Amino acid sequence: MPLIEAHNVTIRIPTEDGIIYAANSISFSVEAGEVFGIAGESGSGKSVLMQAITGLLPGAEISGEVLFEGRDLLKMSQQELQALRGSHIGMVFQDPLSSLHPYFTIGSQITEMIHAHSKVSAAEARAMTVDMLGKVGIENAESRFDDYPHQFSGGMRQRVMIAMALVLHPPLIIADEPTTALDVTVQMQIMELLDEMRKSFGTTIIMITHDLGLLANIADHAMVMYAGTRLEIGATRGMFSAPTHPYTLGLLKSSPSSETAQGTNLVPIEGNPPSLLDRPQGCIFAERCPDVQALCRSTYPPVQIYDDGAEALCHFVPGDKDMVLPARAASPDHASRPIVVDVQDVRLTFTAKSGFGKKRSIEVLKGIDLQIRKGETFGLVGESGCGKSTLARVIAGLIPATSGEVTLDSVPIHSVTGERWRQMRRHVQLVFQDPVGSLNPRRRVGAIIGDPFRIHNVAHGEEQKRQVQELMEMVGLNPEHYNRFPSEFSGGQRQRIGIARALAIKPSLIIFDEPVSALDVSIQAQILNLMHELQRDLNLTYLFISHDLSVVRHVCDKIAVMDAGQIVELNESDRLFADPQHPFTCKLLSAIKDPPPLAGNSDRRIINTRPASPNAVMMEAV
Amino acid sequence: MTNQTTHPKAPSADNGKISEQVVQRSSFELTMRRILKDPALLTAVVFIVLLTLFAVFAPLVAYWTGHDPNTQFRETGMSPFGLPVGPNHEFLLGADQLGRDVLVRLAYGARISLAVGVLAALASALIGITIGMISGFFGGWVDVVLGRIMDLVMSVPFLLCALALVSVFGPSLGLSIGVIVFFSWTTMGRVIRAETASLTKREFIEASRSLGAGPISILIRDILPNLSVPIIVYTTMMIPSSIVFEATLSFLGLGITPPTASWGGMLADAGANSVYLVAWWLVIFPGIALLTSTLAFNILGDGLRDALDPKGRRIKPRKKKSVLSGWLTSRKTPEGGPNQ
Amino acid sequence: MIRYLMQRLLFACLVLVSLSVFVFFLFFVAPGDPARVVAGDKATEAQLVQIRENLGLDRPIVVQYGSFVSKALHGDLGYSYRNQQPVLDLITRRIPATVSLVIGGVIVWLAIGIPIGVMSARNAGTRKDRLGQTFILIGLSFPTFVLGMLSLYCLYFLPRKAGFMLFPAGGYKPFLDNPLDWAWHLVLPWTTLALVTSAIYARLTRGQLLQVLGEDYIRTARAKGISERKVIYKHAMRATLTPLITQLGADIAFLLGGSIVIEQVYGLQGVGALAVQAVANQDRPIIIGVVMLGGLFIVIANIIVDLLYTLLDPRMR
Repeated sequence: MPLIEAHNVTIRIPTEDGIIYAANSISFSVEAGEVFGIAGESGSGKSVLMQAITGLLPGAEISGEVLFEGRDLLKMSQQELQALRGSHIGMVFQDPLSSLHPYFTIGSQITEMIHAHSKVSAAEARAMTVDMLGKVGIENAESRFDDYPHQFSGGMRQRVMIAMALVLHPPLIIADEPTTALDVTVQMQIMELLDEMRKSFGTTIIMITHDLGLLANIADHAMVMYAGTRLEIGATRGMFSAPTHPYTLGLLKSSPSSETAQGTNLVPIEGNPPSLLDRPQGCIFAERCPDVQALCRSTYPPVQIYDDGAEALCHFVPGDKDMVLPARAASPDHASRPIVVDVQDVRLTFTAKSGFGKKRSIEVLKGIDLQIRKGETFGLVGESGCGKSTLARVIAGLIPATSGEVTLDSVPIHSVTGERWRQMRRHVQLVFQDPVGSLNPRRRVGAIIGDPFRIHNVAHGEEQKRQVQELMEMVGLNPEHYNRFPSEFSGGQRQRIGIARALAIKPSLIIFDEPVSALDVSIQAQILNLMHELQRDLNLTYLFISHDLSVVRHVCDKIAVMDAGQIVELNESDRLFADPQHPFTCKLLSAIKDPPPLAGNSDRRIINTRPASPNAVMMEAV
Repeated sequence: MTNQTTHPKAPSADNGKISEQVVQRSSFELTMRRILKDPALLTAVVFIVLLTLFAVFAPLVAYWTGHDPNTQFRETGMSPFGLPVGPNHEFLLGADQLGRDVLVRLAYGARISLAVGVLAALASALIGITIGMISGFFGGWVDVVLGRIMDLVMSVPFLLCALALVSVFGPSLGLSIGVIVFFSWTTMGRVIRAETASLTKREFIEASRSLGAGPISILIRDILPNLSVPIIVYTTMMIPSSIVFEATLSFLGLGITPPTASWGGMLADAGANSVYLVAWWLVIFPGIALLTSTLAFNILGDGLRDALDPKGRRIKPRKKKSVLSGWLTSRKTPEGGPNQ
Repeated sequence: MIRYLMQRLLFACLVLVSLSVFVFFLFFVAPGDPARVVAGDKATEAQLVQIRENLGLDRPIVVQYGSFVSKALHGDLGYSYRNQQPVLDLITRRIPATVSLVIGGVIVWLAIGIPIGVMSARNAGTRKDRLGQTFILIGLSFPTFVLGMLSLYCLYFLPRKAGFMLFPAGGYKPFLDNPLDWAWHLVLPWTTLALVTSAIYARLTRGQLLQVLGEDYIRTARAKGISERKVIYKHAMRATLTPLITQLGADIAFLLGGSIVIEQVYGLQGVGALAVQAVANQDRPIIIGVVMLGGLFIVIANIIVDLLYTLLDPRMR
């Protein structure tokens, strides 16, 4: 018997702008003791769904039925739900820093929950807490009981959150992107911890994530959500090797992984997720589906039921040929090309004053050497705090190095000042991580992309407009949107604007600082492909900074691995992955979780189809 | 993702990348829509317009009633016992203890209140914006010095200092405005400083800098437009506090010199010897004028803030956080625990 | 921590020094002859010269300032020009009335402001919230003296005209003489002060609480299954406290320096009323004394608030 079973859960959230259709007739069931994954991009409604059924979304209108241990959660009063939360349903959230109360000790935050659900003495509660803290890997749990959250590192805080979720041994734990805010190697530790806890306590876990690789590796069953709709559900093994829905397939084909790395192009899902304020008549994914037919736009698709239990909301069946990724032209040999950037023994020390006149110095960069050649993509990987972004800014000339030399096109960049420095700006450009923060919200796109022309007096008036529109076309934006504001564009489009701005004055080097880490995979693939096309056509040189090894492997010719201000390993991309030398590189590589390769599966067949739930049809009529 | 509405029908007839376009209402249109939906705000605007007309056409009021604001009508405006007469045909809002027309004096008082309110608010805004932007943008020792100056001004018991100043230089309109400006610009200064400092950390400023834009260009082209909401809202909200400040000074006999009419002065006259206990109109009408005016400006400020920056109404989206930003937030505080 | 405290103390001294220089030099450049104020209109020129010499007014300004500072550090703020009494005594005598007004006012305004703010924030967007916001807007817009005069008219004069005494018109009765009488005389001043100020606190509470309620750790608290009361009053209010304390410190200090308007309206013989009288009398030593005292209160309050900050926020320790 399933531990939790949802039938036709529909969630609507009334807002000032209209009703948000956050979830439409979602059904799923989770067997006791398994890991059930909910995958989807941002805005797919995966978090909203779980918060709504646990009563944490008071503004929402929910219909349907969610049976948990035989009782309907949606019919419970707030008091009943409150009694259930914590004791029967534990929760782990994404950001362990903001999810713990900064003013209370971690121990008191956990014991508070124990006292809320069971009558135990303070000493007992403390003993339970210390015991659980020890089990999740907090050393000296007894003495750390009275520490505040800020005294723990990110990974340790997440362990505290997990201890809190587990301390009353609830049968179900809902983990909402529990590792997204953490470094890759810590991510792995947290996942291992969750898995271990599941085995020792028999806890069922519902894991919400956007990371398909992660899901494929730990979940038994999973469902894929898109725009508040369940597109596919089934066992993860089959789902990731032979998806039954074109959206799942699209997600997998746009995620860079070890399979897609060697000489293939990613296949992005074109377009953007639809507005949740509006329900289309036909299939919700029709607008972006590569295999769309007239039927998809006019008729709501049925649920196809496969012989292995998988279900997909689609009119058609993907063919095996869809599972193949297109090949990419092999990258040429760069060894003989001229050097664009030469970094020699660059060191950077920040000094911070502390105490009476005492100076504390932090060495951020400890002697960096690297060369980037014309036309190549140089990758810089490392965990947060390793100094990779700082190095990028040193190379860009925005932060002066303490010692060492950076030469750009044979000009030492830190020796120039004043007007020459301004001229140097034409040679190196940056593309930033945050597509929202890197564009001035109060200026029009034309002005943003035209800024380089204005600052460097390259073009004015009509000529500037013409050149800006040319750039917009080059990066795949509609030139007619010249007069719009950044907020009128989606995340991916904003990143295109950032790239157009960087391209404007034809720099020798473009530095991409985590350009896709804020984007969903399907959009990420669009941007990565655009970068590749531009490089091929314009012979550009890239410095690509990322924490995501899969992405780096996919786009870079050469990779430098950074740790604590040093480059610990530098090699050709393929060789680095095939034969890592440094233990830190090995550690990073072992933390990568790839979904299984797309194989196609001709054994599976549809055994039944049924019309999508009447609830959805009724909603159309509303 | 954004606080803007996506249009209910996102048309995507043409395929390819262009169809990515999310059609949205312009922010101006949205703001207007919110303003028009807010009856309190509209009432406040209408009231302010009427008040301004009342002040501008004060001489007309005097002409129409035939009462000069400073002339004492001892025959008609006062009872045989020397008490002021209440509202009647001749004195619509009654006469004061010297037999002057309350209505006409209200109109002339409105001129003082509005002039002081608007002028003082604009001047403090200008100073506050300039100092706040410089302090927030340049940081370092500039920020320390300017920040300390703001702290200093705020640590001054301002009403007492105003008392001291007036006792030395004697009350006057200019001094009132000067005192109000001197003690109000720090509010704006602090807000702008904080906003500028946080904007300066945004990536688009770094982008401009990396393009080679100079500090003046960044301040004016990149930062100033992004400050428009706090500037509009706080300037609006400084008007009522300046009006009350002026009225308070006048009430204490430190503002406008009699016999010039001002609302605070009228209330002070009413309070002297407790005349208002027998002549309620002396406190009710100027009191209501003062209250409704400040109320109207406060509603305007509140409404503008809600319309321009509807933070409170936004449905909070849960954005996917990158590893980097997670790290940045966690490193703001010193780390004591063992590292990963 | 100690370094931080030292910085704050240093800044406090800077504030007091600038304030004293400001008032002192202000009066030095001022027109008018203090000697004439002391001696009255009928004084002869010889008397005036004598008085100037006694007061040290003939010495250079810097010397005068120096002697003022050194005396002030020993608790001697000089003598009133009018009645030759020590300024410090005059101020000390006025302090009970001001302190009584402030303490009672603080209690009442916190008791009104915070609950309204909490109610408004918890029911954001509903009728209750609009009610709270209306209270806030009206409170913020009401000039203190208008409210004072209106309540005197309605709660003192009208009942008296009808033949009974609901509240007295004002005045201050010492607490030790008769606590009930003390409170009865202060009810109107307290409520007037509190109604106007509580709007500020309601707005602050509402804004902060709304922000805190959107924080992730509040969601965690709810996910733990603790009661909504606890979520609001323990978890959310704990984080809302800090800005409230800052505001409270500033307000108390400011009012202790003289709640001028309220004292004026209700005829309370407090520090503020003393200052107003001194201005009318051109009695400069008293004005200087009151300004310095007001500055001292603000400076002390700032330091206390800073200390409370570090106590309240474990991240600051």
